[in-house]
Amino acid sequence: MSTVTLDITKEHCPMTFVKTKIALEKLAVGDTLEVLLTKGEPLDNIPKSAAEQGYHVLGTESVREGVYKVRIRKSV
Amino acid sequence: MTKKLSIIAMSGDFDKAIAIFTLASGAAAVGYEVNVFFTFWGLDIIKEKSGRAFIGKGLMARFFNFLLGGRKNLPLSRLNFAGASPHLMTAMMKARNVATLPELLQASIDLKVNFYACEMAMVVLGLKKEDFIPEVKDVLGVAKFLELSNDGQTLFI
Repeated sequence: MSTVTLDITKEHCPMTFVKTKIALEKLAVGDTLEVLLTKGEPLDNIPKSAAEQGYHVLGTESVREGVYKVRIRKSV
Repeated sequence: MTKKLSIIAMSGDFDKAIAIFTLASGAAAVGYEVNVFFTFWGLDIIKEKSGRAFIGKGLMARFFNFLLGGRKNLPLSRLNFAGASPHLMTAMMKARNVATLPELLQASIDLKVNFYACEMAMVVLGLKKEDFIPEVKDVLGVAKFLELSNDGQTLFI
């Protein structure tokens, strides 16, 4: 059960989604991915699409102005 | 049910290729099954030889394929400036940390986007499946494409 951090604050569409998806696919069951992202489309859609794909979104917290950390776990 | 996006990639323009692989990789990344059906000028994007090459069956076909120029020579649909603009555009994309065409193609491959080639257009241009990148899964006609794209969204680019 490890935690992996991914910073996509400097990425743009579609690489925000692409890099998150590739990182999620590398997780083993029980692992957590912490994604650092900016508000707007990444914050609105990355937790949503992860949940739609069966991942467990543990929570979102503000890290600094405009930057958030979303924690996503692979449960199954 | 898995959501599905199918793209008919007819254009061999640089900017439209960017649109094709942006949509394809982005949709695959958010969980869509994605099919891209390359036809006519679109076949130039998926040739194994990414630069200019006299490939294809027959003299006319070989000239057409040479003049098309492959993935590295796709023209911008506007303001092409004799082929200079795609290079300038790529430099601007890199400077602004936006994914370039090779990166978007690789992302589409990594996320298992399904690539297909149009059988009829291949006959016209004298191309065979081996002339394309190995990620091209199959050679199709209209009926099979309709079957694959059924119950999903379809785009023509």
